[in-house]
Amino acid sequence: MILKRIYSEPKWSDPFNEFSRLMRLLNTFEAPNRNAYDDAGAGVFPLLNVSSTADHYIVRAELPGIKAGELDIKVTGNNLTLAGERKIPEENNQARYHRREREAGKFSRALTLPGPLNADKVDARLKNGILTIVIPKADEAKPRKISIH
Amino acid sequence: MLDKSIELQAKDKKELKASGEQTKPGPVFTPSVDIFETETSLTLLADLPGVSAEGLDIDLHDDTLSIIGNIVPDKAQGETRLLKEFEMGQYSRKFTLSEVIDQAKIKADLADGVLRLNLPKVEKAKPRKITVTGS
Repeated sequence: MILKRIYSEPKWSDPFNEFSRLMRLLNTFEAPNRNAYDDAGAGVFPLLNVSSTADHYIVRAELPGIKAGELDIKVTGNNLTLAGERKIPEENNQARYHRREREAGKFSRALTLPGPLNADKVDARLKNGILTIVIPKADEAKPRKISIH
Repeated sequence: MLDKSIELQAKDKKELKASGEQTKPGPVFTPSVDIFETETSLTLLADLPGVSAEGLDIDLHDDTLSIIGNIVPDKAQGETRLLKEFEMGQYSRKFTLSEVIDQAKIKADLADGVLRLNLPKVEKAKPRKITVTGS
């Protein structure tokens, strides 16, 4: 009699459904605690920060352990491509690892900037594992000051 | 051992969950590290992009090794942000060492944003082969 009543409760008719409802509820609690910088953007390595000044676009990437010669940067039209390979040299084969979190591998990333670029005067610098690329905007894309007569 | 052709995956930096209170504003990240041990020493490699030698603080106290990397964000004047996929901030990570380290011989080398820390074990902590003599 009691059993019958419990099982006939509509709420419990589908325990899996109930479970997924709870999961959804828990996820909404979790969401605000997510890392505020969890936005991996395009999800392609390397992650980029792009900003613009009146005359330049500045692109920054974190590339620790990469030498300048191992990077291939190309600018065509509005596009910037960044390719290379991160190598982690093999250590002594006697080594026993406690942690191995650093990753090696190839990468290639393309980015379209909002305006035309002056590909002749691109300046790229690698310092302390941070790549900074300064790309001048094409002359026609620069803001022009209009004088009033 | 590692497949050379693998592609690097974009990963978000791991933000340090508050352990102790921070007095500096801004996010704190935990750097990726490799730690390996040989019979004579312990070596730690950490990715600390943006940290210069002056901004790096390594401290070994009792058996706790702490690495703190401060960065100076480089920002040109009048910059407008168009895309932000990563955040820059302090790096901090602590390790508990189980071996006795010869503090006088610690070597730290920072190049291209990668720290290589060599921690030699003290002589007595090095394993010795023990021969068993039967009666």
